[in-house]
Parts: sequence; structure tokens; C-alpha cells
Amino acid sequence: MLIDHPLLGPRDASEFVYLGDASLIDRPDWQADDAARAFHDYAYLRDNPAGPHRELWFHEGGDRSWLVVTRDTTTHEITDVRLARDVALERRRSS
Amino acid sequence: MNTHSRIDPASVPDPKQSNRLAGGRVDHSTVLTFSFDGKRYRGHPGDTLASALLANGVRLMGRSFKYHRPRGPLTAGSEEPNALVELRTGARREPNTRATTIELYDGLTARSQNAWPSLKLDAMAVNDRLSPFLTAGFYYKTFMWPAAFWEKLYEPVIRRAAGLGSLSGRPDPDDYDKGFRHCDLLVIGAGPAGLLAALTAGRAGADVILADEDFTPGGRLLSERFVIDDGAADGWAARTVAELASLPNVRLMPRSTVIGAFDHGVYGVVERVSDHLPEPLPGKPRQILWRVTAKRAILAAGATERPIAFDDNDRPGIMMASALRTYANRYAATPAGRVAVFTCNDDGHRTAADLHAKGVRIAAVIDTRDDAPRSPDYEVLRGAQVAGTRGRLGLTFVTVRQADGTERVLEVGALGMAGGWNPNVHLTCHQRGRPVWNDRLAAFVPGALPPGMAVAGAANGALSTHGALSQGAETAIAACADLGRPTNAAPLPKAEDAPVTQTPFWHVTGCKRAWLDQQNDVTVKDVTLAHQEGFRAVEHLKRYTTLGMATDQGKTSNMAGLAIMAELTAKTIPGVGTTMFRPPYTPVPIATFAGRIKGRAFHPTRLTPSHHWAKERGAVFVEVGDWMRAQYFPREGETHWRQSVDREVTATRNGVGVCDCTTLGKIDVQGTDAASFLNLVYANGFAKLAVGRVRYGLMLREDGIAMDDGTAARMADDHFVVTTTTANAGRVFRHMEFVRQCLVPEMDVQLISTTEAWAQYAVAGPNSRDLLRRVVDPDIDLSNDAFPFMACAEVTVCGSLRARLFRISFSGELAYELAVPARYGDAMMRRLMDVGADLGVTPYGTEALGVMRIEKGHAAGNELNGTTTAANLGLGRMVSKKKDAIGSVLSERGGMNEPDDLRLIGLCPVDADARITAGGHLMARDGPVDAKHDQGYVTSAALSPTLGHMVGLAFLKRGADRMGERMRLVSPLTDLTVEVEVCSPHFVDPEGGRQRA
Amino acid sequence: MRYSGFEVIKQALRGHRGWGPAWRDAAPRSEYDMVIVGGGGHGLATAHYLASRYGITNVAVIEKGWIGGGNVGRNTTIIRSNYLLDGNEPFYEMSLKLWEGLEQDINYNAMVSQRGIVNLIHTDAQRDAFTRRGNAMILNGADAELLDQGAIRREYPWLNFDDARFPIKGGLAQRRGGTVRHDAVAWGYARAADGRGVDIIQNCEVTGFVMDGGACTGVETSRGTIRAGKVGVAVAGNSGRVMAMAGMRLPIESHVLQAFVTEGLKPILPGVITFGAGHFYVSQSDKGGLVFGGDIDGYNSYAQRGNLPVVEDVCEGGMAIMPMIGRARLLRMWGGVMDMSMDGSPIIDRTHIDGLYFNGGWCYGGFKATPASGMAFAHLLATGRPHDTAAAYRFDRFRTGRMIDEKGMGNQPNLH
Repeated sequence: MLIDHPLLGPRDASEFVYLGDASLIDRPDWQADDAARAFHDYAYLRDNPAGPHRELWFHEGGDRSWLVVTRDTTTHEITDVRLARDVALERRRSS
Repeated sequence: MNTHSRIDPASVPDPKQSNRLAGGRVDHSTVLTFSFDGKRYRGHPGDTLASALLANGVRLMGRSFKYHRPRGPLTAGSEEPNALVELRTGARREPNTRATTIELYDGLTARSQNAWPSLKLDAMAVNDRLSPFLTAGFYYKTFMWPAAFWEKLYEPVIRRAAGLGSLSGRPDPDDYDKGFRHCDLLVIGAGPAGLLAALTAGRAGADVILADEDFTPGGRLLSERFVIDDGAADGWAARTVAELASLPNVRLMPRSTVIGAFDHGVYGVVERVSDHLPEPLPGKPRQILWRVTAKRAILAAGATERPIAFDDNDRPGIMMASALRTYANRYAATPAGRVAVFTCNDDGHRTAADLHAKGVRIAAVIDTRDDAPRSPDYEVLRGAQVAGTRGRLGLTFVTVRQADGTERVLEVGALGMAGGWNPNVHLTCHQRGRPVWNDRLAAFVPGALPPGMAVAGAANGALSTHGALSQGAETAIAACADLGRPTNAAPLPKAEDAPVTQTPFWHVTGCKRAWLDQQNDVTVKDVTLAHQEGFRAVEHLKRYTTLGMATDQGKTSNMAGLAIMAELTAKTIPGVGTTMFRPPYTPVPIATFAGRIKGRAFHPTRLTPSHHWAKERGAVFVEVGDWMRAQYFPREGETHWRQSVDREVTATRNGVGVCDCTTLGKIDVQGTDAASFLNLVYANGFAKLAVGRVRYGLMLREDGIAMDDGTAARMADDHFVVTTTTANAGRVFRHMEFVRQCLVPEMDVQLISTTEAWAQYAVAGPNSRDLLRRVVDPDIDLSNDAFPFMACAEVTVCGSLRARLFRISFSGELAYELAVPARYGDAMMRRLMDVGADLGVTPYGTEALGVMRIEKGHAAGNELNGTTTAANLGLGRMVSKKKDAIGSVLSERGGMNEPDDLRLIGLCPVDADARITAGGHLMARDGPVDAKHDQGYVTSAALSPTLGHMVGLAFLKRGADRMGERMRLVSPLTDLTVEVEVCSPHFVDPEGGRQRA
Repeated sequence: MRYSGFEVIKQALRGHRGWGPAWRDAAPRSEYDMVIVGGGGHGLATAHYLASRYGITNVAVIEKGWIGGGNVGRNTTIIRSNYLLDGNEPFYEMSLKLWEGLEQDINYNAMVSQRGIVNLIHTDAQRDAFTRRGNAMILNGADAELLDQGAIRREYPWLNFDDARFPIKGGLAQRRGGTVRHDAVAWGYARAADGRGVDIIQNCEVTGFVMDGGACTGVETSRGTIRAGKVGVAVAGNSGRVMAMAGMRLPIESHVLQAFVTEGLKPILPGVITFGAGHFYVSQSDKGGLVFGGDIDGYNSYAQRGNLPVVEDVCEGGMAIMPMIGRARLLRMWGGVMDMSMDGSPIIDRTHIDGLYFNGGWCYGGFKATPASGMAFAHLLATGRPHDTAAAYRFDRFRTGRMIDEKGMGNQPNLH
């Protein structure tokens, strides 16, 4: 697989380390009343879709960027790659 | 690329080769000698082992898998199921090598396989007599009684009989390599379609790679007597190759098989660099695995002729009609002087005509069609079928059932089978695209394609030369347009364009032992039985009968199996389904995928800055992840490692020792939010840590389990130096970057791994301050007041060399860690040894380090095993409830905070001489010893030279409340039961006075 | 018809005309006591044990494609019970015992072959961990043996002892471990269950669950509605997709695991060898192929295929530890979809929906568990209570913090 890094261009996927669902960006509030449930769902439950999947990859053999990659889990086609930091900042602004 | 010049067809064939014809693409003027099963033969450059053996009158080359039937080559290519041999000798022995693809070289040695005592007289051929009992899947129905006999009796017999060739059992002596290549267009196959595709794109300026599995490009053009434009087709091929070779933007890769189409345009290509040589040239690999990233690919892999099933259709001498043609036209060889052809289409007649032209006698062409074309050169039996064959070790007679029902016997040494052609769609299926059925061809053609791939020529069902050329050009023009290099169609070379319609003829009606999968001995009858027993899904058929599971992966057999199942179930062939083609296209040595990796090259080896010094000191090293660390430093007279370790521990505890701890992960954390960041990453608080102070930190995973521990030193308001354990250095850094980029992107904090940048030494023991005073520059006050326990500072050493000094202790002694830039690491260690000689400075290794940390009760990798909580480690109070920290919420779950949770404790043997063993389990002093009564387990154990007996660290249920309790440590695995007493894990200096001294 | 050597001879003499279908090609009826979704090893085993141990025979197993087409048909055939944790070891040991009696139980030769498995040890810390594990196995009634380097060298002289990056210091052996002919497990269970009246329905895809007042009372399928008293789902690899139809999110990710087989070779490898430090394990099938594998590719995938880097990684591990296999040719690579759970252990539990039961999350350890999984799921379906050996395999363990994490990797499925 090739991942089209937003800064570095297409890189072989073997340079990256995979983490999982990009929902891991959305860490719950530790002081919320339902924090215990929210952290359980955050840490353990997954949509696990057969189709487009937003997921986190770390460019360990490269520039150490965390990326949010949108990849179809049935075809492996990648349709979007963004810096996770940009995604995280956007989500902060929108929430 | 190999471009043998055309040999003068008038050259006289070698009279010592009984079946050698004139002409062809072999160099008759050069004789190569080789041996098969110990007998010597002669052949020529340009031969394969199979063609040379045929030229020498040898048809018998192997035995089948199950019935040990005598077999000769079925094909002339990589799809060969029968003619498999053990090539080469000694450690280079290669089992199951297709004689049809082995390029002949002088001195080649090959042996037959799966036959004993000899190929001609194989004792296991008795299986063939027993075949009525050994039908598909018979083994699932028997060998069940008595139960114990399976491993003892039945299976050993089956295993001995199974398998084909043998491995040498010795390490592969050859080298292999890997590489990446990139191109605009990868053309797969150098037949007419591939050559013209490559030429079209090459002329348009695209970066082209043309890969072909053969040693000579040209594909079928090398095997046919076709005309392109006004000359011989193979001449056109040679001219085209020459032009391609002259284009700087085209790379020709002969002897290179495209084995798989992987995601995003990555193709695996295996280049056989040295397989045509007796052994690789010095410095050259045997094979190279290329990962070719191609923006576009054109699959021009041709087609494979399919056989016809009839009784005893597997005798040596019976082969594909196209293979007979290849042997005659290209290799100047024939399996026999008198041959027949069994065909259901016009293509079979080509074989008869070509062989006739070569002077081979054609006994007859047996054509299933009533309206088959006639020939002035040979007899055509219209509407006829092959009813049976004879010849134990090679074909002698063919019985033909004629249109009028009469039988006729032909005396022939070879029979060609022409059942039509199957496009080689394999690579189109590697991303799970399914081929689609084409009625006109009665064959599967490519369906959904991998992104970026187009298919041209016979692989796409264009079975005429003109069709191949025109599709090659068209697909290349389309690819060039996609690549932004528009180009126009050049005039197509003129070539035959015989309309191709294939009328299928899969098997002779009523045949019994008619082979479909020749290697695995799957017959028509087996398919019938599978149907009868309900194994009708394609995959059930395959798995139950083993059809298509042999080394050729069903290239010549799958279609007929499907067709017969379709007949039996009254379905269409596509209604029955297709089997999934998986990579690799042809089998690939495991060593090729491993490339340069063997032996010690398996993983990188990381050396610490003091490695060479330690080596000089005679240190014994140990693997710690990828690092090599000094395990201990034996001195003269020490005969057991424990003597060295005891000495190192004692010298450190009583004087001063030095240990290289460079391997600990080091992460520089900088930025105005550095403290807040660490406050989130660590379970305990860091916001208020003063500059110049170090704090022990416990990091949890988000699930509340301990991930790693280490220290963080605050060098400045906005600057921390974090250490991690050696094992977790990479993981912790990745995790911290995740937190930084994904969870707190608004924070001003930067991370950099400095593990390799600093050489770091633990200087431990009561004399450590004295030793350090001799290297640290004099303006730095090391007194206990000025630089107390858990202090840190940027200092200079040895006269203005910048360094970092941390007063931290893993051993429990007065201790420091001194970090200097890595390039000074070696010199620093030598300096410490020099200036500390009179203090008795002693280097110590990982063993002594381990003993001292166990004596001190510090958790390490054995305790931080990914399942332990802070509470388990006795560090529960470190988890701050007053702030957000990774893992703190989930660490509060009830199941992780129960009264009988495991707690880290110490263990001492009741009998001081007794042994404590890590991995042992703890049981009550009395009562049953079993899993239900398990109370905990020992994580670490060491002989404490300080205490004079063994000590252990263990996790014990309710451990904190059980001090002084006597328990049984059991290790049934190592036959050990010891009475132990539960104690504090802090065996040495529990109050910590020494480290504060 | 009972299978036996005698029957094979009898049928051979009659031209094999007497063999009937191994299982009936059943059409779905409108209602069953229980419907098992998924005709893989676990689903078929569940049906067999429901029928044979709990007397519940009004059961349908419904399968989207052909039975045995999932992971029971694409694994590396290894059986073992060398687990560490209390939540696991008794379960896997029960499984191994069921394997040992399988052929006689189902009258089908699945070629359970106990030629042994050995995990190589390369460091002192590994030896400590394997010692703890071996002791846990013995304390649970399983067999385990700690081998020193000499013993390993005697048994496997062609391993890399002299030039290894990670020297072999010993091994943890389980002599009762081994391999099983994987397809035959599915067929054998299917035939046995069918023989007791269970309907095995192929080419029948579940498209939804029938819900009645908050309870599950059947399934919608491509071949019509099927009502059932209880519905058990055992669809490894597709758990997320199927349970989403019931509105559930699972502690599971689907990943691709590749496996490999070489061309047939004369016997050279007696048992199973695992090289943990190199992500490589290998055995040799009765047909002679070296069957081997390693790590999962590491990314979510339902594609049933992987990529080159893991192929290379696995072969590198093989060459590092076993340099004599270099010239053996890799014949076929394939991929299966693994339900990777959040702690590496499975779930066999009722769901919050009455009448709907779930069996999944086997990571890549599901094959060896097939008999015990079937037994435990059958027990749960029949009695409503978890089987003693599977009592820890609950959904709520992530909520309560009672994870069963053999590898200690935490909530990152691709590391288990």
C-alpha cells in the first residue's frame, strides 16, 4: 500500500505504524458525569465498518506525523489523507 | 536481454540426440552436457532441461503425487504439473523444479523425485493398483480405529508417501536481494501484445518496465511459424526487443515473473538473476524480489492451452499440442518420431502442420468435429475421440474411437491435446476481481480489474496475433493518455487474424480414469464422487478432491473440473463458480521473500557507545531487544558467571560501579506546555516539579494498565528530559506523539527522541560522588545539600564538555546517571575507569543491574508485563485523582480494584539454600496444588550476594496483608517445590537512606 | 452411513455408488428452536453439540456461502492449549481434550495429529514468562515441558543455532499440541449434526434480525424469514457487520491475517515450531506443504488479502531461524478476516437483546478453539448459563475491568 502523506507525498505503508479508528482522537471529558461509560466506549467499542474507515497511521519511519487516513476496508482504496493534528484542531474548534 | 541470434536452420542436429530436430532457437554448434538420474546427456544453449531430455529420447521425468504414475512433461512452460525434478546437489538442491523452465547449463545435475528405488521401478506405484480404494477423500472415512493408531501408524505411512521432492536440510548458501522500482507503465509479458504495448509507450516517452518470465522475450512468437509483416514473427520480436533495449526510458526484465498485483499499483516481481548458471557469480544474488510501483500496468500474460480428459491421458508422451509445437519449433526437439494430435479446434492442426514440416511423422489428427478441416499432409479422423492409451513408462499406442463407432489403434510415441485456450487472468484476480465467462471462447476472461490495470492480447481473450498486437497498442495508447503523454496509433504490423471460436470439449464421454489434475491424481471419477457426496461448491470440490491444489495451482486442470461439475449439476460453468487465484503466479523460494535477511542480519544490531571498550574488557554480551548490552565482565579466575555478577554487585554496593544505561529511551520534551503535557501523560503529577529536580513517573495506557515507568527531569521551565525503559522506548515515544498531535494539538510542546544522542552511565555506590568529582568540572557543587537525591543539572565534565547529571538510583545506592554526547561515550567510560581505579571502580553489566534492582524491589519488564495496574505494583497512590491523566478513569474500574488483587511482594526462601524460580506459582502452605488454588506467581528471582540467599519478586493475592506468611512456591514444570516467606519487596535499605546519603 | 475402513473397501468394490451426501442440502423451514448464524467451524460445532449433548435437534445452521468457507477453511491448522491465564487455559484444555476424541465422536477422520508444538525461547525474560505459562498449563491439567537448548538441538537439528541474531536458549513444548485437517473439521461436524437432524442451509444470507417487543425471535434471510426461539451468531470475521444489524457496536476490529503454504516436500518437520521473536510459525501438512504464518498485516480489512511487507516479514523470520527452508517455494498466500478483540480473548455471551447470543472475537486463535467454542456456545444456548470454562468470556469484562489479556497489549487489537 501507498499512503499519500500530505507533506511528503506517496510513501510505502511499511514506513507507518497503524493504530486504529480515528475516533481515538475524540477522547472524552474525564470530569463528565458519565466519564466511566464514555471512556469505556471510547477505548473499547468500534464501528469496524466494511467500507470507508477513518483511521490513524503514524509515520514512524518518517516525519513522525500522525495521519488520519480514509481507506476502504473492502478494497484498501485510500481516498483522503490528512494530518491528525489538523483534524484534531478542527474538531476542537467545531465542538 | 538475451537475444540469441537466429541459428542457421540448416545446421545439422547432433546425431547423439535421438529426437533432436534441425533449426529452432537452440545453438546446435555448442554442446552442453548434463545429467539426469545419474545418466549423462547432451543438449544446447537455448534448451530447457525438458527439451533437452526429450531431444535425448527421455519422456519419463517424474511420478505423480498420489498414485506414483509415470509422467513426462505436459507443457513447455511454468504451468507444468508433471516434470518436476530436484535440481542441483548439496545445499543448493531445489526440489519440485519444473524441468520445462530450467535453462540448460553445462554440468547441470538433476534427479527425479517421489520415486523409490528408481523412476522406472517405483515401489509406491502399488498405490495405482489400490486406486479403487484411494478415491477422493477416502482418508476422511477411515483410519479412525483405534484412536491412538493415527499418530503411531496411519499418519507416518501417509506422510512418508506424501510430498514430492526433498529439501537438503542445510542452510541455503546463496544470497538474495530486494529492491524498489518505479515506472509509468509495467507491461507483464513479452509476447506480441506486451512487446507492442511496451514499444508504443516507450516511443511515447513513458517510463516502461517490460517483465517476462521467459529467458527470451517473444512469448508464443518463439513457438510458432507465424509471419508478421513480411518476415518470421520471431524476427519481428527480436527487432522489437532491440528497439526497446535502445530506449533509455524502457527497462527490459527477462527471467522476471510478476508474481502478484498488490494494493495501490505495487507489483511483486521475482527476477531470477542466476538460476541459469551453475551457481551465482561472486557478489551476485540468486534472485531479486522487486516491488515495482507502477502508475499503470498492462497484463499481457497470454493464455494456457487446456487438455482433454480421456482414459489414461497422463502417460509420458501425452502433452499439450502447443507444447509439442514449442518443443519442435523453438527447441528443435520432439518426444517421438511419430505423433498424433487430439483436438477439438483448428489450433491442434497447427501442431500437426508444424511437426510435419519438421519431419516428424503425423499418425493422425483426431478431431472431435465432424467438419474438421482436411490436410494433404496427414490423415484427419473427423468426429473421432481418443478411447484409451497404452505404454507403461511412455506412450506406445492410442486407441481411437472413430465417428462410425469402430476403434483404431495408432502406434505413436506422443499425443498432443488441443482443448482450446484459457486466458491467463490470474493477476486480474489478485485483488479479488472475478473473471467473467465468454461464450464465444468458452473460457473465463478478465472481469473487474485491479485499479490501473488493463489487459491485452490472449490474456484478454484476443487469441490471434493480430488481436494481440492491436490490443497491445490500444491499451498502451490509453495508458499513455492517462499518464499525460498522448500518442497516436502507429500502423499495426500485419499478422494472422484467424477468427477464434472455441467449442469446448472437456472430456471423452464415459471415461473413467481420466486425469484432470495430473500432479495430484484427480480424475473425472473423483469429481463425480465429490458431486455425489455433496461437495458441489467450487471450493468444496477443490478441497475435497485436491483438484487444483498442486504446485501448478490448477492452471491446466481447474477449468475441466468446473466443466464436469457444471454438467453434473446441470448448471452453466460460471454458475458453478470460479476458484480464487491467489499470489504468487508461480511459486517463489522463501529465501527470495526474505532477501538479504539471514543469520545475524535478521534484525539491526544496536551497540552502545561503550561497546568497544566493553569488548576490550572481555564483557559477555546479551541481546536486549535490538541492543547488545554487556551482561557481565568476567575477570581472570572466574569460572561461573555468578562469580562475576556477585563481585560486580558487591563492588558497587561497597564502592562504586559503572553501568552503561544508554539503551534507556530518552525523550526531550520542550515548550511552554511541557509540564502540562507530562501531567497528562503520567499518572502522577508533574505540573509542580521544580526546575533542577527529577521525579519518578508512572505512565498508564488508556485502559488503566501500567505501560512504562521512568523518570522525568526538569532542566528548565519549558524543558524536560524523560527516560523510558529500554524495551518500550519506541512505543512510549509513539504514544507521546499521539497524545501531542491527536489529543492536545493546542499545546505548545515538542518532542524529540534523543536515545542515540546521549551516552548515559549509571555511577552507583557509596564512592560514586567521589568518582564523579574527578570528572565533573570543579565549579559544580556535588555535595548532598547542593545536589541532593533526585536533583538534575546541566553540567560540564572533563573540562567544559557539556553533560547532564541526574541523581537517581536504580540500585538503591548513592547513585548518579551521567549523560554525555554519544560521541564522547567511549572516552567518558575510559575516563571513569582511569580516574576511579584507586576507588575500585567496577564496571557492571545487566545481570548485576538486575540483581540490584530486585534487591531494591524496583519493578522492571518482568513486572510491567502489560497486565499489571499501579495498585498491583504497590504504586496505587501515585495515580492522581485530581487531574486528567491518560488511563486514570479506566483504572478505577471495579475489577481492577478488588480486595484480593495481586500485589507486588518479596519472597525469601525459608531454607536459605533453597532456590526461588521466576515463573513459579504460589500456593498456600497446605492444601491442593492446582490452578483453582493459585495465589500468585514469581516474576523475578536472583541470588542476592548482599543477603546471601535467593530473593524473589512476586505478585500475590492480598499480598500487602500477608507479610511473614509462609507459602509454597511450586514449579511443576521444573520439578520444584520450595517453602517461602512473604516479605517486603525492598530487601536492601528499605528506608532509602543510602540513596539519599 | 457409518464411515469405516470396512465401508471404504465395501464401497470401492461396488464402484463407490453407495456413498450418499455428507450432509443434506436442506431448504430453510419457517421456524426452528434455534438458529445458528454462520456455517463455519464454530457454528457447525455448536449445532453438533446442541444435538448430541443437549438433545436439541430442531436447529438450523445458516450460511451465506458454502460451509467452512471462512476461517476454518483458511487457517494454519494448529491446535494447542498452551495458554497462561485462568480465563483461558481451562477452556483451551477442554478444547484439546475434545480434539483428542473428535474422530470417534463425529465418525469423521479430521486427522487430529498430536505431533507437538514448541515455542522457542531466546532470552531469560522469555524463559521466565514461559515457565510461568508452562506451570499454569500443568496446574490446569494440561501438559507442558521446558526444553533446554540441547533438547531443542536434538529434536530440530536444522534450526539456526550457530549464526542466529537471537540465539535459541530453549523452548516450551506441548507434546499434545499439533495440527488438524481444517476443512474436515467443518465437514465432519456438519455431517454429524446433519445426522441428528440439524438443517444445514448454504447460500442463505442473514439480512436482519426479527425483533419482537425488544427480543430477537428470528432472522431475515435472503431465503425468507426464519423464526427461532434463540438465535446464536458465530460469524468470525463478520461479527461487526452482522451485529450492527442488531444495532450493536462490538469491542472488535476486523483485520487481515495472511498465511502461506509451500509446494509439497518430503517430511522434514515433525511438529509445530513457533518463533515468537521473529513472528513466524510453521508446521508441515500430511501432504508435505510447509504451512506457515506470522503477524497480521495490522490494518482493518475485510478484503481477505494482504500485502507484501508482511509476506516478507514472515519469510525473513523463517529464514532467520530455519535457513534450510530457503529453497522451498511458497506456493500460495491467502488472507482471512480476523475478529481482533480488545484484549485478545473471545466473547461467548448473551447480548442485551433477549434471544440473541454471540460467539466471536477469536482473533487468530479460533481454529484450535472450535470444539470448545461449540460446546460452550451450545451450553449457553441450551441452558442460558455460561459454560464453566467460558465464564470469563463476557461482554461486560471491559466495563468491569476484568480483561483477559494474554499478551498484555491492552485495547489495541492489532497487537494481540
